[in-house]
Amino acid sequence: MKILVTGLNHKTAGVDVREKIAFNGPKLEEGIFQLRALPEVKEVTLLSTCNRVEIYTCVTDTVKGGESIKDFLARFHNISRGEFEKSLFLHTNEDAVRHVFRVASSLDSMVVGEPQILGQLKDAFDFSLTKKTTGVLLNKLMKKAISTAKRVRTETRIAENAVSISFAAVELARKIFTDLAGTSCMLLGAGEMAELAARHLVNNGVTDVKVANRTYERGCQLAQEFRGKPVKFEEFVDEMTHTDILICSTGAPTYVLMKDQMQRVMKERKHRPVFLIDISVPRNIDPEINKLDNVYLYDVDNLQDVVDTNILERRKEAEKAEGIITEEVGVFTRWMASLDSVPTIVALRQKAETVKAEELEKFRNRCPGVNESTMKGVEYLASAIINKLIHPPTVALKEDTEDRDELIAMIKKLYGINGEEDEE
Amino acid sequence: MDTVLFELALTAYFVSALIGIVDVFRGGKESSRLMLVLAGIGFLVHTFTIVLRYVDAGHLPITSMHEASSFYAWCIMLIFFYLELKYKIGIMGSFILPLVFVFMLSSSILPREIQPLSPVLQSYWMAIHTFFAFMGNASFAVAAGTGLMYLIQEHYLKSKHLGGLFRRLPSLQVLDEINYRLITLGFPLLTLAIITGAFWAESAWGSYWRWDPKETWSLITWFIYALVLHARLTAGWRGRRAAILSIVGFVAVLFTFYGVNLLLKSMHVFS
Repeated sequence: MKILVTGLNHKTAGVDVREKIAFNGPKLEEGIFQLRALPEVKEVTLLSTCNRVEIYTCVTDTVKGGESIKDFLARFHNISRGEFEKSLFLHTNEDAVRHVFRVASSLDSMVVGEPQILGQLKDAFDFSLTKKTTGVLLNKLMKKAISTAKRVRTETRIAENAVSISFAAVELARKIFTDLAGTSCMLLGAGEMAELAARHLVNNGVTDVKVANRTYERGCQLAQEFRGKPVKFEEFVDEMTHTDILICSTGAPTYVLMKDQMQRVMKERKHRPVFLIDISVPRNIDPEINKLDNVYLYDVDNLQDVVDTNILERRKEAEKAEGIITEEVGVFTRWMASLDSVPTIVALRQKAETVKAEELEKFRNRCPGVNESTMKGVEYLASAIINKLIHPPTVALKEDTEDRDELIAMIKKLYGINGEEDEE
Repeated sequence: MDTVLFELALTAYFVSALIGIVDVFRGGKESSRLMLVLAGIGFLVHTFTIVLRYVDAGHLPITSMHEASSFYAWCIMLIFFYLELKYKIGIMGSFILPLVFVFMLSSSILPREIQPLSPVLQSYWMAIHTFFAFMGNASFAVAAGTGLMYLIQEHYLKSKHLGGLFRRLPSLQVLDEINYRLITLGFPLLTLAIITGAFWAESAWGSYWRWDPKETWSLITWFIYALVLHARLTAGWRGRRAAILSIVGFVAVLFTFYGVNLLLKSMHVFS
C-alpha cells in the first residue's frame, strides 16, 4: 500500500483549469465514490476548494494508480487529459505525507498561515469518513496532518499578524486602546476599504459608530448599516472630541483635517489618544498631525508597510513550521514502515502457535493417560518455549532499520513463512 | 544560613533578569514563564532571608545600606508580582527584574554585619516610616519601568516601525494606566513617609524638619510626583509626558536613596 497525492492548486494551475476540475456540491460525493471504485485505489479523501483540488489516496501501485486517477478526472469532468495534465502534481510516499502536512498547516496556502484551509481539510476528511472511503492509513494520515497543523499553530507565530490592511488597522488599534469595546469610531466619507475596516473594528468590539458623509442621505444609510449615528459633514471636527478612531476616505482633493483643528480637538479630549486612519488618495489628513502627542496617524502606505513586515514575519515563522513538519513526517513514515513488518510478525506468531497446537495434539495421542494438571503444565511449557523463541525476531522486525526489507525476507525464509499473506 | 539564602536569591534574580533581557531580543512564551518561576523562587527565598534577619536583629532589617538595598529590591518584587498577577504582562519582567538584580547586587557588595541600632533610632516610628518610604519608592521604580515600556511602544506606533517588542508589549492605554496607578499609590505613601518621618525626627532629634539633605531630596522627589499628578489632572499630561516624568522622578528617588548617602552628609546615615 502506497500513499499517492495528486491534484492541482493555485501554484500549479490557473483558475481556468481549477474551475474545470473542481468537485462542487453533488459532484463531490459522486467523485469520491467513483475514485474509490477504481481498482488500484483502496482509500480516498477528496479536498476541493476554490484554490485547490487534491485527491489523497492509498493505492496498490503508484504508477498505475496515478494513471487511472488521471483517466478518471478526464472522464468525470468530460475534458481531455491534455487540458490539465501538465498542471497536475503527483506526490508519493514521504513527499505525499509532507505535502498533506504542509497543506493542513497552511504553508501551501496563497496567504501563508491563513486558518481556513485546516477547517476545509477537516470537512473533507469528515465527509470521506461518513462515506466510508478511508481506512487505517488515510485516517492516520489525516489525523496526523490535523495535529501537526495545530502544533504549527501553537509553536510558531505563523497566523498571528494581520496580513490585510483592514486587519492591520485592528491590530494597531488594539495596541493603542486595550479594549475596543469601549472605543468609538467615525467613518469620514464612504469608500469600500473604509467600510471594510470599520466592519472589522465592529467585529472586534467597537460598538459606537458614527458616519459623516458629504451627502447626508448616504451617510444616514451607511450609519443604519452599522447601527450607528449619522453626523453632518460640517460638524465632524466637533464630533472628533468623542471619537477614538477615525477612518477617513472622502475623495477630497485636499486635506479635510488640519493640524490646528486637531490641536484644538486634542485639548478638548484632554489628550486622550486617538487613532486616525487615512486611506484616501490623495491624503485627506495633514500628515503633520502625526507629530502631535497622543495622535497616531496612519495613511494607506503606512498600513501597507505594516502588512509587508507581517508577511515577512510570517515567512520567518514558516521556516520554523517546516522544521516541525519534517519532524512529524519522520514520525509518520517510520510508523508506515513498521506497518510493512506487521504481517510478518503476525505470520510468525501464527506459525509458532500452529506448531505448538500440533505438537500438543501429538503428545496427547501418544500419552493418553496424562492427567489434566500435567497437561496444563505441558501447555505452559510449550507456550514459554515458543514465546522465548519468537521474541528476538519480533523485536528485530519492530526495529526501525535500513535493511528491514531484507530482514523480512530472511525471516520468512528461515521460518518457512510463505510471503503471500494479503495486507488487507 | 541567611548569607547562603541571600546568595541563592541573588542568583535566582540574576538568571531571571538575564532571561528577561535575552527575551527582549528573541524568545517566546516558554522563556518568559521560566523567568517568572525563577523570579518567584528568588522572591520566596529573599523573603525568608529578610524574616531570618528580622529575627536575628530584633527589628526590621533596614538599618544598613546592605539591608536597605535588599529590602528595596524586595518591595519592588512585591509590586511586580502583584501587577503580574493582575495584568499578566510577561515582558514586564524584562524591564523590572534587571533593576531588582542591580539593587540586590549592590546590597551583596556592601558590608553585611548586623549593626547595633543607635538609641535615637529605636522607636516604633522606624517600622512605620520606612515601610511607607520603601513601598512608595518601590512603586515609583516600577512606574519608571512601565514608563520606559510606554516610550518604546509609543515609539513603535509613532515611527510606524513595528519592532520586535511591539507584539509583546501591552497597549499604550494599559501601560499608561499602570503607570498612573503606581504613581497614585506611591505619592500618598511618600507623603505619609515624610509626615511620619517628621514625627519621628521630632521624637528623636527634637525638631520636625531640619533641612537635612535626605529630607530636602525627599521633598524634591515629592514635588516632582506632585507635578506629574497635577499635570495629568489639569492639563491632560498623560502618555508620553507622564512616562518621561515618571522616569525623571525615579532618578530623583535614586539620588535620595543612594546619592545623598554617598555624596552628602546626612543624619539619615544608618547605624
